[in-house]
Amino acid sequence: MRLDVLDLAFGYPGKAVGRGVSFALAGGEVLCLLGPNGGGKTTLFKTVLRLLAPHGGRVTVDGAPVADWSRLHLARVFGYVPQAQLGVFPFTVLETVLMGRTAHIGPFATPSRGDRAVAEEMLGVLGIGHLAGRPYTEISGGERQLTLIARALAQQPAILVMDEPTASLDFGNQVRVLGEIEHLAQRGIAVMLSTHDPDHAFLCAHRVALLHQGRLARLGPPGEVITRESLREVYGVEVTVTEVARADGGRARVCVPSLAPRGSG
Amino acid sequence: MGASRRREAWGFLLAIALLVVLVLVAFSVGRYPVTPRQLWALLWTHLTGAPSTLPPAMETVVFRVRGPRVLSAIAIGAVLAAAGSAYQGLFRNPLVSPDILGVSSGAALGATLGIFFSLGVAGIQGLAFALGLAAVGVVYAMGAALRRHDPVLVLVLAGIVVGTLLGSCISLIKYLADPYNQLPAITFWLLGSLASITVTDVLSILPGVLVGLIPLWLLRWRMNVMTLSEEEALTLGVDTQRIRLIVIAAATLMTAAVVSVSGVIGWIGLLIPHFARLLVGPDFSRLLPAAMLLGAGYLVAVDTLARSIAPLEIPLGVLTAFIGAPFFIWLLTVSRRGWQ
Repeated sequence: MRLDVLDLAFGYPGKAVGRGVSFALAGGEVLCLLGPNGGGKTTLFKTVLRLLAPHGGRVTVDGAPVADWSRLHLARVFGYVPQAQLGVFPFTVLETVLMGRTAHIGPFATPSRGDRAVAEEMLGVLGIGHLAGRPYTEISGGERQLTLIARALAQQPAILVMDEPTASLDFGNQVRVLGEIEHLAQRGIAVMLSTHDPDHAFLCAHRVALLHQGRLARLGPPGEVITRESLREVYGVEVTVTEVARADGGRARVCVPSLAPRGSG
Repeated sequence: MGASRRREAWGFLLAIALLVVLVLVAFSVGRYPVTPRQLWALLWTHLTGAPSTLPPAMETVVFRVRGPRVLSAIAIGAVLAAAGSAYQGLFRNPLVSPDILGVSSGAALGATLGIFFSLGVAGIQGLAFALGLAAVGVVYAMGAALRRHDPVLVLVLAGIVVGTLLGSCISLIKYLADPYNQLPAITFWLLGSLASITVTDVLSILPGVLVGLIPLWLLRWRMNVMTLSEEEALTLGVDTQRIRLIVIAAATLMTAAVVSVSGVIGWIGLLIPHFARLLVGPDFSRLLPAAMLLGAGYLVAVDTLARSIAPLEIPLGVLTAFIGAPFFIWLLTVSRRGWQ
């Protein structure tokens, strides 16, 4: 499975947000989208998922343009983890995850025992099996985010699009989700996620796309894209990118920002 | 999982038991009470053709007067609750009722016009049905034309605008109507009543009700997904635009059908789905039947009260509001689960 985004122009009806964005993503690869607020990360995702009509360019999967695919067809290929949503009605966590099976269920059918097994498996994968019977409306923000990831996994997509999956999580859950993203890639899924934390890109991404003012400022391996210069250019802050030894013996890069003294502008 | 399944089973048992009890009470209340034993004997002799020892007057009461009324209360209550459940899910808002898109105001204008032009019962019902559907058609067309906004929000706003406009038309006709004959008839219709309902009325609404209910039942899993945000439903593989059109058409058709014979009966479609959700949870495949059972029981109870608590019959719309409003407030205070 290979996703190609070709010279994509995107935005809302009547309001352009970005243009000239091209990248490719293969199964087993993790692409991390970095960029300041309002840079167009969510808009780009929504356009790839065809929630918004592209203003130009195209999106193809294995060379086939997705523009005329049905919603069902799209949902069998693309899974989407939106930023944590509040539910309106108190569906249980298991019911919520079961909704991820919708694309595999006939229009008049209800989930089968097999669908239920898949949903329960995904709850187990994310370590939230104990929440199965709890109402989605009553669990914490982090638990909701994990439930939405489980729902997208239950969809069994080839390409997983995650909009800031770590945004509402505590430190432990952030690490757990990043680890899970690595596992997903090992299972051959193409993962595309956005984050505000460059360290997360260092931890889980194979490639990083830096989106600034609707354009791809940089695209490449994390070590090449996330540099002192690029972060200064895009975020306007001073950071030091350094390498540290990890407890497991490996090495990891991290960004350490310098807090500018007040008034030094 | 096991515990919640048991809870749902108890919820259904409770709803069924409540309906049976309320139907039996409805038959035993009135100027000519029929006890459950007499009712059973009467039905039995009717089924087997055995000679009846009960007075013929009782037969008339059961089969001509109270029977059709109880039957229509069951059908209308069930339909309004089903439509309410569908609309609340579709609009992702638990404060929505079946008249959100103007079906009741359209039907009310139709009936008012029918009475104003002295069209007769069939004409009044036909016009109520047609204008109920037309009102929702206009609202839907407005929603489809304004594509740049959130589709759900546009539909609700268009529904409010059209409903208000139709309300003004009704006021105008009431103002022009003959105050001695037509105005009381219009007022009575606008408040809803089952007093003059016949077996023919009940049969005449059945096709519309069935055509509406079947798609709702078939799409029960898709309905669950429709309660999520628009984008979530789309990315989970649901063609939201098509499902929305089908569900609105189905719920409107059956609401228009029942409102055309009963007049406007508020509150059931708003209130009952909440009770059903408390009993069996929000999954539409359980919510729909549970809401229908509770709605049926509720309208049977309210209609029994309407014809028994005062020397003259009280309009249903007045009673459903008097009972519904405090119940709704109570519900808001006890519902720990559900929406924030």
